[in-house]
Amino acid sequence: MQLRSGSFKQRASAALNDATLQKALGKLTREGFVVKRAKVVAELPEFERLRDEAKRIKDDVLQHLDHYLARYEEAVTRAGGRVHWARDAAEACEIVVELCRTAGAKVVARGKSMVGEEIGVSAALEAAGMHVQETDLGEYIIQLAHEPPSHIIVPAVHKTKAQVAELFAAAHRKLGFDGARTEVADLVNEARQVLREQFFRADVGITGANFLIAETGSHIIVTNEGNGDLSSTLPKVHIVTAGIERVVPTLDDASTLLRLLARSATGQATETYTTVTTGPRRPADLDGPAEYHVVLVDNGRSRMLGGAFREMLRCIRCGACMNHCPVYNSIGGHAYGWVYPGPMGAVLTPLFIGLDKAKDLPNACTLNGHCADVCPVRIPLPDLLRKLRNLQFERGIAPPALRWGLKAWAFVATRPRLYHALTGPAVRVLAVLGGRRGRLARLPLAGGWTRARDLPAPQGRTFMSAWKDRAHARIPS
Amino acid sequence: MADEGARQGRPARPRVGLFVTCLANLFRPSVAFAAVKLLENAGCAVEVPEAQVCCGQPALNNGDFADTRAIARQVIAAFAGFDYVVAPSGSCIGTIRNDYPELFADDPEWGPRAQALAARAYELTSFLTDVLGLDAVVARFDATVTYHDSCSGLRDLGVNQQPRRLLASVSGLRLSEMRDGETCCGFGGTFCIKYPEISAKMVSDKVGNIEASGADVLLGGDLGCLLNMAGRLKRLGKPTRVYHVAEVLAGMASAPGIGERD
Repeated sequence: MQLRSGSFKQRASAALNDATLQKALGKLTREGFVVKRAKVVAELPEFERLRDEAKRIKDDVLQHLDHYLARYEEAVTRAGGRVHWARDAAEACEIVVELCRTAGAKVVARGKSMVGEEIGVSAALEAAGMHVQETDLGEYIIQLAHEPPSHIIVPAVHKTKAQVAELFAAAHRKLGFDGARTEVADLVNEARQVLREQFFRADVGITGANFLIAETGSHIIVTNEGNGDLSSTLPKVHIVTAGIERVVPTLDDASTLLRLLARSATGQATETYTTVTTGPRRPADLDGPAEYHVVLVDNGRSRMLGGAFREMLRCIRCGACMNHCPVYNSIGGHAYGWVYPGPMGAVLTPLFIGLDKAKDLPNACTLNGHCADVCPVRIPLPDLLRKLRNLQFERGIAPPALRWGLKAWAFVATRPRLYHALTGPAVRVLAVLGGRRGRLARLPLAGGWTRARDLPAPQGRTFMSAWKDRAHARIPS
Repeated sequence: MADEGARQGRPARPRVGLFVTCLANLFRPSVAFAAVKLLENAGCAVEVPEAQVCCGQPALNNGDFADTRAIARQVIAAFAGFDYVVAPSGSCIGTIRNDYPELFADDPEWGPRAQALAARAYELTSFLTDVLGLDAVVARFDATVTYHDSCSGLRDLGVNQQPRRLLASVSGLRLSEMRDGETCCGFGGTFCIKYPEISAKMVSDKVGNIEASGADVLLGGDLGCLLNMAGRLKRLGKPTRVYHVAEVLAGMASAPGIGERD
């Protein structure tokens, strides 16, 4: 997927000035998922304990990842499937394209998968002359709009109902629809009719995986639309693409994580469909593909495993962090400029594609901690963002003005006498400038502050100097 | 969070070092004076070490860990001899409590000192209630107020009920909670200057919720957030007055609010 994280500020600005986008933002996430999540969490007294357990499971997996992956591959092979290892995005795409070519695929049905977006599998298949049909409703909408997803669970969350109606009218006219539908239920129904045809035409189905089970070689996907199940059972070849960190030891472990996933993601006790798939169709099975492949994608994960950002690999891709993020809810997902938006994207993007190519992402955060508060696997997202800022600072990626400004400030701040001698007069000047209104509407070099708000003026003198005058002050020498 | 351990081991007249915070020192000394009054009324001997400036957060949050350590060492040394260090800010105390020990995790000399300070560092309303066991103040404030939970205090320290418990004892005061009270106001230290447009959107949303609460007065426990919200309220010409919670609890809110003079 094309990288646009370098232009974060411009994209954020455009998003803030886009009235239609602002109307769509926050509806489904802040007003929908956040409220529903709070409700289902309150109904589950053991939620906090489950979070601890989930963290423990994932930490154990990451500590012994090689072991669990080897066990997983054995189990997949035993079940008649095949595991392919991809070092990076290009290799993963090559493998998928080759598997599709071998299957003689003309149409490939895709269930929503973030790792699929990460490696750019759709573009690779299209480039190889195949038609990729997105089957998740949100993914289908943005496929028609030629846009990347703006949320990891609800990729078209930035679109209004009217925009969707317009896209459908334009795309479905040639299929015999009259373009007159404008209500949500009608639009969903129309998409369902269009997509159902495509499922039957698809030669290969590609899905992601929420969890890979080491003991059985199964993969689990959860969806609300059932499109993932159709993608994995109808075509004759099924390819799963998954990051290497998706593996968990047992089905029991997966069920612990599943109890957290739906609640954290959409505020549902469970998603509509939770499907466990093991290998290709067996003789007694009623349906299923003839071939079952899993492409395990590293793409920078093993590097993260050995460093200061390992905790990020606990992520189960629920999206709770972005749903609760006031920055995400202000600017939407496209501003982040790559696959993963919101707090998890602000950590992952610089790690996957380079600290210098996504300079703003770790910085455009108030460190309010709401994300970490709701993360089902207790990833300390603000701490990780601060570690990224530290790397930027140490490697000279932080802007020179900031670096020198901080150095100068720290020089004074570590000399209390000098600091108090300098700040006393400065405060008095500001107090005078504040005048009778007690605030400043403009101040040189403070445009960032005063663009949207006044600067409350200081009261007159610093506390330290006023305190000195207090008769009973007992200042240790 | 009741802090039983801290309450049991407490001396009769605890020696409290007041961490003024740079914003109270520069912008609103009345907040620090209110804190002194509240602490003294509660039986503490309050001192203000002169060798204090800032907790180091601007450097810390911008990734300059080396300078943060230099500033932190200064704070640790300045407050070494006190029973407690208390600040009218959850943000600065969050840094001292949670980040200092981490910054010196591998430092055999400063690590233990950082931990010792962290264990004795409290946000003002939390100290008054959780450590001193105070559940009422003597103060009057005739207004409907709404309370903004600053993120660091709320999430790093669990400060949420403490200020509300004390405010409930202020006669004439009525609390009207705002919608999304636990959502960040968009201050974020240098964030608001580095990303002014996003910050403006966040503080505008916040100001909308403050207005919708029907309150005449906005209170909070951190001056950074309060300066941000007051600045936006004043820019929009709103009549809402803004005070630090300590000023109201100490009965010192007859002075002009933040961003006002007369």
